[in-house]
Amino acid sequence: MIAQSLSKRRIAITGSTGFVGTALVERLLRGVPDCELILLVRNGRRTPAARRTTREILANDAFDRLREEHATSDESFDDMCARRITTIAGDVSADGLGLSDEDRMIFSTADTIIHSAATVSFDSPLDQAVEINLLGPVRIAQLCNDLGITPHLVAVSTCYVAGNRRGTAPEELVSEGPFAIGLEWKDEVESARRLKGDTEASSRQPERLREFRKRARTELGAAGAPALAAKTEQLRERWVRDQLVGAGRSRAASVGWPDAYAFTKALGEQALTESKGNVPVSIVRPSIIESAWAEPRPGWIRGFRMAEPVIISYARGLLKEFPGVPEGTIDVIPVDIVVAAIIAVAAAGPDDAPAITQVASGGINPLKYRTLVNHVRSWFTENPLYDNDGQPIVVPEWRFPGRGKVQTQLSRAKTAIERAEHTMQMLPLRGRQAEFAATLETRRLEVERALEYVELYGLYTECEAIYQVDNLMRLWDEMPDTDRQAFCFDPRVVDWTHYVHEIHLPSIIEHARVKSTPGKVKTADRTTRLRGQVLDPKRQVAAFDLENTLIASNVVESYSWLATRRLDGRERLKYVARTLTEAPGLLRMDRRDRTDFLRHFYRRYADAPVEQIDTDVEAMLTGLIISKCFPEGIRRVRAHRAAGHRTVLITGALSFNVAGLRPLFDEIVAAEMTVRPDGTLSGEMTTVPPTGEARAQILADYCDAENLRLDECVAYADSSSDLPLFEAVGFPVAVNPETRLASIARKRGWLVEHWSKAKGGPRNLLPIGPMLSEREQRRQFL
Amino acid sequence: MPRPGFVLDVDRSTPPMLFWHGEKFSLERLPADRSRVIYPAESFPGLEDPQSAIRDALENPLDMEPLRALLHADMKLTICFDDASLSLPKMRRPDSRQRIIEAVLDLAAEAGVDDVHIIAALGLHRRMHDYELRHVLGDRIFDAFAPNGTLYQHDAEDPENLVVLGETDHGEVLEINRRVAESDLVVYANVNQVAMDGGWKSLVTGVASYQCLSYHHNPESLQNTRSLMDRHHSALHHSIWRLGKVLRDSGPKVFQIESTINTDAFPSPFDFLSKREWEWTARDRMTYLATAKTLDRMPRRAARKIFHGIEAPYAMTGVYAGFTESVHERTLEDVYRQHIVEVEGQTDILTLGVPFISPYNPESIMNPILVMCMGLGYMFNMYRNKPLVREGGVIIMTHPTYRDFHPVHHPSYIDFFDEVLADTTDPAVMSEKWEKRYAEDEWYRHLYRTGNAYHGVHPFYAWYWGAHGQQWAGKVIIVGGDPTAVRRMGFTPASTMDDAFELASDVVGRSPSITHLHVPSVLVADVK
Repeated sequence: MIAQSLSKRRIAITGSTGFVGTALVERLLRGVPDCELILLVRNGRRTPAARRTTREILANDAFDRLREEHATSDESFDDMCARRITTIAGDVSADGLGLSDEDRMIFSTADTIIHSAATVSFDSPLDQAVEINLLGPVRIAQLCNDLGITPHLVAVSTCYVAGNRRGTAPEELVSEGPFAIGLEWKDEVESARRLKGDTEASSRQPERLREFRKRARTELGAAGAPALAAKTEQLRERWVRDQLVGAGRSRAASVGWPDAYAFTKALGEQALTESKGNVPVSIVRPSIIESAWAEPRPGWIRGFRMAEPVIISYARGLLKEFPGVPEGTIDVIPVDIVVAAIIAVAAAGPDDAPAITQVASGGINPLKYRTLVNHVRSWFTENPLYDNDGQPIVVPEWRFPGRGKVQTQLSRAKTAIERAEHTMQMLPLRGRQAEFAATLETRRLEVERALEYVELYGLYTECEAIYQVDNLMRLWDEMPDTDRQAFCFDPRVVDWTHYVHEIHLPSIIEHARVKSTPGKVKTADRTTRLRGQVLDPKRQVAAFDLENTLIASNVVESYSWLATRRLDGRERLKYVARTLTEAPGLLRMDRRDRTDFLRHFYRRYADAPVEQIDTDVEAMLTGLIISKCFPEGIRRVRAHRAAGHRTVLITGALSFNVAGLRPLFDEIVAAEMTVRPDGTLSGEMTTVPPTGEARAQILADYCDAENLRLDECVAYADSSSDLPLFEAVGFPVAVNPETRLASIARKRGWLVEHWSKAKGGPRNLLPIGPMLSEREQRRQFL
Repeated sequence: MPRPGFVLDVDRSTPPMLFWHGEKFSLERLPADRSRVIYPAESFPGLEDPQSAIRDALENPLDMEPLRALLHADMKLTICFDDASLSLPKMRRPDSRQRIIEAVLDLAAEAGVDDVHIIAALGLHRRMHDYELRHVLGDRIFDAFAPNGTLYQHDAEDPENLVVLGETDHGEVLEINRRVAESDLVVYANVNQVAMDGGWKSLVTGVASYQCLSYHHNPESLQNTRSLMDRHHSALHHSIWRLGKVLRDSGPKVFQIESTINTDAFPSPFDFLSKREWEWTARDRMTYLATAKTLDRMPRRAARKIFHGIEAPYAMTGVYAGFTESVHERTLEDVYRQHIVEVEGQTDILTLGVPFISPYNPESIMNPILVMCMGLGYMFNMYRNKPLVREGGVIIMTHPTYRDFHPVHHPSYIDFFDEVLADTTDPAVMSEKWEKRYAEDEWYRHLYRTGNAYHGVHPFYAWYWGAHGQQWAGKVIIVGGDPTAVRRMGFTPASTMDDAFELASDVVGRSPSITHLHVPSVLVADVK
């Protein structure tokens, strides 16, 4: 009897926050009333291990059934958990599992250890896979030997350790099987560690760093040094990771495994067997674990697993083809069967349990790939997903092409989109056109993901190995009927049609939060909701950029307007010609560094008489600023005021040029220019012009001084150089964003506004002031 | 001798009628045997010597001493004049106001008056650009007064420079420009283009505060203004005349000079506009075709530039000076003589061609609100006695009604269209719910005072102007209008005149009577 044999036992579990682990904890709590659990949980970045147990394990809907049962009993669910569960903070990738002395004591009381911690993602970096999958079990055995204890260690592995092979895969160690090629696990560990070091070093080579920097700049534009630095470092880390993922994949492929996961798991079994010492070990190898057949409820699943993203992408019409052998077997096993098998092995004890137990369906209740695909297709034909327009998505017919063909198709699509995207990035687009570029980016990400699925999972759908389950069935045959009911692990119970149609697909559709009902998606509502948020009276400050956010003009234009106001026809012509020849240079400088550009450009104001500038600037308010403003933007500023927010203008324009906007703002932060004693401008600025990351600082200082909260600020700006500002505030709003900002705003779900000039406003071809009559042209500056 | 206005009954031989369509024209054939067209009188001849007529008026004023006798050396003299909303289109130089003010200044100089201010009586209109002031007053006056700050524009939002003069028996408080109130003599130089202008309205609206204007510029009084062209049946004018009495009793001495102009609105290339369609010569037809086709192909911006560049060859037809009320009676007689056309009975459908201009968009854009104001406010109100269209009848206007706005001149109109009209088109509701917010908005105030923007509340006034027509009509259809804009204003868009008649049939049946108000040229229908 399973419940009896595990009764009063203390069972230590690793990987309890995972899919199998959670199901295991639930099943033991419910099915073995007297056992106690020691959960080895990693400390989170912010949450300590104990908190993770309540938050990430016990709060899962797997425990709903148990909670319900406890609602009517004397002991509450929480009390029961507190009594039976001990959480210790540890990490299988650290020597000695990183346990404190106290936790070591607790760990040493375990009668059984179930090791289910693993990095299951098929694309983990090699070093990480080695540390966790290969060395994890070794470390546990090592610790037991150090502590001088001999608990029964049940290690969860995978059927796929058998590698790429056709035909039957028996329940025996790969290293002892006929296909072993004599790999030494210690060598693999050492080389993985060395590779990690080498890759880190190579990522820091000057030319690499230059390239990362260049890419960061293309992605962010002139976002300021701190933002660029952060992005560059992020790119470098990602590069290192990608290298190690690639290394894992190619090393695994070179020695006959589909990926680093199966490869490291296989070596892990070997390493554990070699270094277990006195600790009795049983290995359980499930195949592809999917949603529950019956326990704790049909369809229960945790996280998005391997097949789900592929199925959802197919249902959404994104994945039109997926490689695979139609007559091949796709070895899927529901999670509750795996869990029951693990518990049965643990209950059988070190003496009676088989050394290796495979939990798979292929050998006795096979699900053919074609059958699965047909089931999925017929189900989605009856229950289609809907696109954003509320139209049902028709699922494509799957033609089982070869992997190479699909990969080529996808790669081609990816290249085409990348080119289009690159071209869009080069163009000076704003507003809606820029949004289109962001759409392209989304498409590219979708194609990239599809490509990734095909590369990663294609091997599994093409795998033609049949996993033998003789040990499992022997265990099953010896089970009394009561146990067979409480802990069913017979793969033959699964009716695949029922499983796919009634259990698995409905469950993952619910999980994936995809649109499964007709009717239009109300994206407008999202914008309205975000607008409501930014105008909420709880907000405190609304900060605005000026150029292209509130007016469609720039510093060059306002300068030209002022400079030409008092010129006659011929001089104007000369001015225009000169400005046009200088334009490319100015543009280049502006792209490189805004602050340098402003400083350089504002030199031109030197010698201008302040008095004359003041009169001309008044005329410029209607002559240039108001005729080029975005009425909706101006209305928004006033809406913020009406809502009781402070309004702040932060602009690189000169203070006297924006003086006319004074009544709109509580505070104007602009570039200031010094005045000489003779009443002329010096052309030199008193402070650094407020651009780029300086804006974030200015706003932060303002909030500090006024005792306001930065996370209650709203910021409006148009360019990716304002990213630091956007990141600093609680409510960023991208106005007429340029391509880069549009894609960033889309990814982060920021409010995007498209504001335009009043249709029909005056339009000057050249940014020059209207000609004054002769007697008004008294003095000029140039 | 110019031929008087008359009513033409449309039969099968009647040619298609000319309709304004914003900056374009169209020719529309009206259904025979149940349509009629009201033609204005031909333009009256101008005075032969306006200069001496003005001098004569100043020497022989009505119910007042001659201006010469009212002027003395140490006095405060203030001259006020109508702003750019008159005349439409702007008149060719010299403007009547320039002639009048120059004559007044000559007398003032003779009398040795030093303290002279010249104030543009804007009310809540936009400030005039310098070139507009030059156009209206001439270079001599502009250069003599503008640089030293004695030629300026009224500011209805300058609390320092507004004073309260008293209150009417209806509780209306007269608050006007301080300089005007404290002058020894105020001379007003007006251009009385239509019967609505002039009289006490010149000063009582032109140099008043927002508060003072709100007594009569509100939905209730405009719904009871029957019509704007008939001051004896206009709640608006009644209120203004009451305030005028306060001005007369407790204000400065006012010497009103009113001038009338003929209806010669368009220079020679546009001659065909003021001709009757069946009298068009081959040459007129050619010009029409060429003009209409060119305008069709031209960007709106360019067409607008052409039309607003037009300087009308208006001629002065009369000038009177003296006590405001006596002067205005004589002016009205002259205006009516030119404008009145007798019309027998009302009609089911009134058709109106809405032009490119209204009093509120000189040198600017005819935005949708101004289309409503021009059609239902001005053109619908061109009646005496009773409206041309029966109560519950249909008004069909032709105008592109594009959603273009001038950001400098009409900033609050943009927001009014987006915010207020999206919420309500009912004048009473908007006045209750929205008016105050716009009237007291700091930004609009700033733009009105320092820029060239209409006052924040002005779109409301423009909308109220059409309140009587809006209430009276059972349905308003705009032919060729931008559907979104037209619907937002509560009207019905139609793509052709025939569609419009079809749409009107659910209100007025299948064979309604139709009356077309022939514009250009101005007429006031005296409906019996």
